[in-house]
Amino acid sequence: MDTKRTVFPSQGLPYLLVAPQLIITIIFFIWPAGQAVKSSFEREDPFGLSTSFVGLLHYLRLFQEPDYLASVGRTALFALAVTIISMGLALVLAVAVNRLIRAGTAYSTMLLWPYAVSPVVAGILWWFIFNSSTGILPYMLEFFGLDWNHQLNGTHAMILIIVAASWKQISYNFLFFLAGLQSVPQSLNEAAAIDGAGPFKRFWTIVFPLLSPTTFFLMIVNLNYTMFDTFGVIDATTAGGPNQATNTLVYKVYTDGYIGLNLGSSSAQSVILMLFVIVLTVIQFRYVERRVQY
Amino acid sequence: MRSNELLSIDVNRHPSVIKASSERQASSIEGTGRSVPEGGRLVRRAFRFVSYCFEHIGPVLTHNTGLAGAGRPDAVALAHWETTMKTLNRVGLAALSLMLSTSVAFAQTEVTWWHAMGGELGEKLEEIVAGYNASQSDYVVTPVYKGTYAETMTAAIAAFRAGEQPEIVQVFEVGTGTMMAAKGAVYPVYQLMADMGAEFDPADYLPTVVGYYTDTEGNMLSMPFNSSTPIMYYNKDVFAAAGLDPEMPPKTWEELEAFSRQIMESGAATCGFTSGWISWAQLENFSAWHNQPIGTLENGFGGLDTEFVVNGPLQAKHWENLKNWQDEGVFQYGGPGGGADAPSKFYTGECAIYMNSSASRAGVLANAEGFEVGFGMLPHYEEVEPQNSIIGGATLWVLQGADEGQYKGVADFFSYLSSAEVQADWHQFSGYLPITQAAYDLGQEQGYYEANPGSDVAIKQMTLNAPTENSKGLRFGNYVQIRDVIDQEFQALLTGDKTAQQALDDLVSRGNQILRDFQAANQ
Repeated sequence: MDTKRTVFPSQGLPYLLVAPQLIITIIFFIWPAGQAVKSSFEREDPFGLSTSFVGLLHYLRLFQEPDYLASVGRTALFALAVTIISMGLALVLAVAVNRLIRAGTAYSTMLLWPYAVSPVVAGILWWFIFNSSTGILPYMLEFFGLDWNHQLNGTHAMILIIVAASWKQISYNFLFFLAGLQSVPQSLNEAAAIDGAGPFKRFWTIVFPLLSPTTFFLMIVNLNYTMFDTFGVIDATTAGGPNQATNTLVYKVYTDGYIGLNLGSSSAQSVILMLFVIVLTVIQFRYVERRVQY
Repeated sequence: MRSNELLSIDVNRHPSVIKASSERQASSIEGTGRSVPEGGRLVRRAFRFVSYCFEHIGPVLTHNTGLAGAGRPDAVALAHWETTMKTLNRVGLAALSLMLSTSVAFAQTEVTWWHAMGGELGEKLEEIVAGYNASQSDYVVTPVYKGTYAETMTAAIAAFRAGEQPEIVQVFEVGTGTMMAAKGAVYPVYQLMADMGAEFDPADYLPTVVGYYTDTEGNMLSMPFNSSTPIMYYNKDVFAAAGLDPEMPPKTWEELEAFSRQIMESGAATCGFTSGWISWAQLENFSAWHNQPIGTLENGFGGLDTEFVVNGPLQAKHWENLKNWQDEGVFQYGGPGGGADAPSKFYTGECAIYMNSSASRAGVLANAEGFEVGFGMLPHYEEVEPQNSIIGGATLWVLQGADEGQYKGVADFFSYLSSAEVQADWHQFSGYLPITQAAYDLGQEQGYYEANPGSDVAIKQMTLNAPTENSKGLRFGNYVQIRDVIDQEFQALLTGDKTAQQALDDLVSRGNQILRDFQAANQ
């Protein structure tokens, strides 16, 4: 197997070519992350007038705090639920749209709309729908004898943020699943159909395995989404309440750091969150990715 | 891999798969050549994954769905990027034209004021600033709306760290402790006024208002601008329908409970009362109104080593009552923070009584359609004589780092801002307290309070008695975070996870830890 190799005449050129990307990564990702790690070992007043080194104090205290540990479990539940719901529904929708011949584009365009909605607006939208005194959903749920109150019921609040966060992410997942489905060669399906495989059998043995790179990609993206990008949704709907029932790790980073101006502890939390995501991604590459067929 | 056999035959017809499988073979050949460490294999697999995403998902998106634009990997991100660039261009143009227009007026010194007044209040604020700019020709004050109180404060702090701070920033009362401790960052107002030779007499200001913002030596550190205090609003029509005297708001909590039950039994309304700002109205002001301490060392005025003592028997009794009333429907919780759901409960006639800031007055009158609104002081428990309530709202802090010409402008603007006419206008428009005695007197001369019954409830309640150690205000660092803790513990009480005493005890111990952090960071 001979592969084509491009040979650069000078040693410096390849470095020059990758430099813009590297500089952007260093300035916008590596350097801020380094700052977060640094300030997680420090205690500092909000204005940055006095800084003292405190070692692992912030970390030790976090792991002694029952509220923080509860937040870890809560975040896992939230991330899992949002990933499964948004990916599951997106796959169903993508399969359905993929079968359409004429109206496919119209449906995909409409299904994409929620992705253009900003997280805060999405949150406010669901806040209106679920509002316990004026919302439409509590009004309908009353017919089933369910008294909806996410202001005081932690389970209700969690359902609310899962629904709101999933709704926003379905569009994105849908788009990728649809693209993935369209790259599955029709000839495989036809061949299997001739061999007598039914639609379900064809989906599970041909389409789904061929979709696996897309599924794997989306799993990682969704995990990152729930871990990092959902604080807008939470802020607009439950603000972490009631009694911290929806206070996820990223929301706690936001409130402690951005609202509470407790920069040291907030940095330590973001470092821990960063480590969580790194570990989870490595695990996914280590074990899950083996089942992926490129 | 069940479908391996099938795939190995047919898959190779698909060009993208051929490429991928050749890559895989290439890497496995390399793999046999030398032993690759586990980490290296992981990196290679990650690389293969990323290149898959770029090679396959991108083109497929653009060609097959017809949705995407320019044949890049993530069309949606690209669209995002394009709009961002467009916005940036627009902002750049606006900034450029602003620079050009201000350079014409180069003789004037510019003063920037970051504020958090949105909506009607923001328009009124801009009107006041425009009035000042028109009144003289040496200085130009530019008001900039920066979002909520918390956002404005955070933005100012971030700007200070970057050396780009405004001269004036509006900070809410719970940020006071943080601002006061930042000695190198703020320019105390009393000092500014003295340095710049502006006319300034702290005795002109209402003691209950400025007391909140003075240091232990009695020096005023920031300029009061918008201060309010929680009062009681009630639905006169519901009171009449329930057979109550619509001119007699409940004076005590005992009366309030009895009235609420009568209202609910008569069917005039489904709920007795609701409240915005649980932390501010039902704990801090409740304590001050009943002359109970919130923290040691004069509620924190005396020093950074203050501790919370807000878990006293009277506070525990009140929270226990709120929990029981919530269960019975006498009280309806409006949510954490400002209580976003509380106003609509009152506006729709669901709850007959509503406690919230005196600055909500304009909003209440505008929204209470179809019924008449009455005003009253906060209720108190029978066994305690009411003391005085404490304020909330915001003051204007001056930040270090500007030049003297700008500080002269700030001092001049502050003199204008606290003049009786400007203050009376702002107070009467917004429902915020008048901050000077002169502004209050002017309102009386104008006959404003007679013409607008209820508009002086707040100031009467504030000045009911001379403030004690427990009722002149509170000063705790990191108080924004502590307010969150208060909301969390109150929710734990309402959900039945904790008793009132437990919730308050936990609030005290969690709050104390935050106070110790603040103390350690600021010593």
